[in-house]
Amino acid sequence: MSDTSFPARPSVFGNLKTRYFNGPVNSTVTVVLAALALWVLYGLANWALVHAVWGVDQGDACRANRDGACWSIIATRWRIVLFGLYPFEEQWRSGLACLIMVVVAVLSCVPWFWSARRLPILWVAGFTAFYILMRGGFFGLPEVVERNWGGLALTVFIFSAVCLIGMPLAICFALLRQSSLPWVARAMGLIIDTIRSLPLLAIMFTFAIVLPFALPEWAIGESLYRVIIGYSLFFACYQAEIIRGGIQSLPSGQEEAAKALGLGYWHRIGYIILPQAFRNALPPTINQFVITFKETTLVTIIGFFDVMTSGRTASGTADWSFATLEMYVFLALLFFVFVFSLSRYGAYLERRLGVGTR
Amino acid sequence: MVALLKNRHVRDGALQALFVGSILAVLAALAITAKTNMDAQGLTGGFAFLERATGWRVGFSLIETDATLTYAEAILIGVMNSLFLGAITLPLATVIGITVGVMRTSGNGMAELLGAIYVETFRNIPMILQLLFWYTVLLAMPSPREAELLLGSVALTGRGFYVPGLNVTGGSVFAGFVWIALMIAVIVRLTPRRWRNIDTTRARHEKRAVWLLALLGFVVALWLGRISNTTLTSIPEAKGLNFKGGVRISPELMACILAISIYGGSYIAEIIRAGFNAIPKGQSEAGKALGLSVWHIFSRIRLPLAIRIVMPTLINQYVWLFKATTVGIAVSFTDFFMVISTSINQAGQTMELIFMLMGGFLIINYSIAWVLNRVNDAIKLKGTQLRI
Repeated sequence: MSDTSFPARPSVFGNLKTRYFNGPVNSTVTVVLAALALWVLYGLANWALVHAVWGVDQGDACRANRDGACWSIIATRWRIVLFGLYPFEEQWRSGLACLIMVVVAVLSCVPWFWSARRLPILWVAGFTAFYILMRGGFFGLPEVVERNWGGLALTVFIFSAVCLIGMPLAICFALLRQSSLPWVARAMGLIIDTIRSLPLLAIMFTFAIVLPFALPEWAIGESLYRVIIGYSLFFACYQAEIIRGGIQSLPSGQEEAAKALGLGYWHRIGYIILPQAFRNALPPTINQFVITFKETTLVTIIGFFDVMTSGRTASGTADWSFATLEMYVFLALLFFVFVFSLSRYGAYLERRLGVGTR
Repeated sequence: MVALLKNRHVRDGALQALFVGSILAVLAALAITAKTNMDAQGLTGGFAFLERATGWRVGFSLIETDATLTYAEAILIGVMNSLFLGAITLPLATVIGITVGVMRTSGNGMAELLGAIYVETFRNIPMILQLLFWYTVLLAMPSPREAELLLGSVALTGRGFYVPGLNVTGGSVFAGFVWIALMIAVIVRLTPRRWRNIDTTRARHEKRAVWLLALLGFVVALWLGRISNTTLTSIPEAKGLNFKGGVRISPELMACILAISIYGGSYIAEIIRAGFNAIPKGQSEAGKALGLSVWHIFSRIRLPLAIRIVMPTLINQYVWLFKATTVGIAVSFTDFFMVISTSINQAGQTMELIFMLMGGFLIINYSIAWVLNRVNDAIKLKGTQLRI
């Protein structure tokens, strides 16, 4: 940036002209695309707003009106979507537990928490609070076993458990793969590459349905926890490669300097290598969290009552089956809010940290 | 003993043996438990079950089978369906991705806005949700009785799309695609080894000959696979309550194609956009200075450079997208994964089938990565004229 004479900031109309109506081709493209967009928007608004049926228990009105959306199904059955099979009187616990995890997620975006001590404490504390609230059995809360959990809370539970188990595992995997012992590095590399080339669905299926076959009686446990462990393993293998990328992008002088100062292996890793590696690997890590949250929905195929299954259940009964599409749109909006804000935050961080521009 | 432990070589050796040994021990323990459980259930191991009849039918198949479908045939159909789905969706996702990626870097504000809306919408919603959404939309299409033929040849109904087709066997279509893939492999192999080193016109003629050969082989494959006693082309027509003739694309297949290519397209668009943004400005400015048209700058300078820059990322994306085709099970599309999981439920030969599933995916994914890496080697920028 040696050139200090910046061009004058264009006015709004100047901007409009250069970006939208710069020459005949550009103007045509703008007009055609705008017409197309307006046409889609008009149809969408007609369906979703103008002709839509709102309010609780409007099933008959919906059936009579097929020009518009039937948001009545959401107003009537949102409890099933969000809470699944959770007992009705206790559903506030499920909602509160989800809120806690959302707060934890928002707090982890605050730079003050970004240390090797604060972030794990925050997540473990949040997760424990979530589990205690959901499970109950003490403090006068009736016990609700995992089998009765469902809806959004189950999706949040699986996601946060996978992150909590997967992250330390990923660090272990990355360090083992970088090990100076050749056979350890090779064996870990083989495991990571094999798991990465398998579809997540196949891994979940194996852990949920096939693994009990190859485990002794005492180790089988709940299928929910087996799926979480399988998913964590999958997450760890992907995240390990991201961390390895972060480690490899460090100049070798960093580790050599630490060695020259006489630091031991754990000090080098804990104070020199990993903090810098994580900083380099932050954008792909957030991207990995986004993908992990989205792919949590695959458990619906294995037969868990997550938010996808509960949505399909809510629109699965005979009197509401015509409104399946509206239910999917609602679920899509639900996911969009979470995933979009997380990915925007990732993009903001990328700009702020200036990764890639230095 | 203590002296032995203090020896660095001995200690390293022992640690490695311990690590590898414990992994092997866990795997062996799993295998032994599985064997014991299978013996207890009276199941015999091995792959003899592949010859047994399954007793179920598959919804979609490229090859004809008789009434009794064996496990081997079912698995073959599953593999072919997965490859078929991948062969359709991966190129389609690429086309969508390049289109949207170009829109987002075009400089036209409207195109950039719409491209951004596309990417942010479809990237931020789980693929399985999109799949179920499209499936619901497709099933809600009018019934065949109410549907009309568009342009006299295409019918969009709730029971599938009817489009004109050829009266040929599915196997011959598959063979034709395999042939084209082989010819592309030949081109990729010859480009750096032969055509870079010989006269340009001669290289162009030879390249054209290979393309012709590919096309010719494809036509021959279809011709040989003609179903006897029928006309070559088959056009759907309304008959009674349904449509006869033509090719029926089932809602399951159509939903898979839509969901995977739209979702994959939004990811590829971002990769392509990053590629365009990584091209140094000097490249297109040099093109402008030479008096090239906007189209020439795009098609001869920017697009080839962008593709070469993003190729390694794109390869990972293709492998990932192919793995993602397994969600087809949510709408009962009979792909490799669905056949295996159904077989596990029916035949109980769990270990063998899981082994086949993992082996199959390892082979397919490594093949995709291997082929595309060869493509990358063939087209990547040589030398250091362009620093990216």
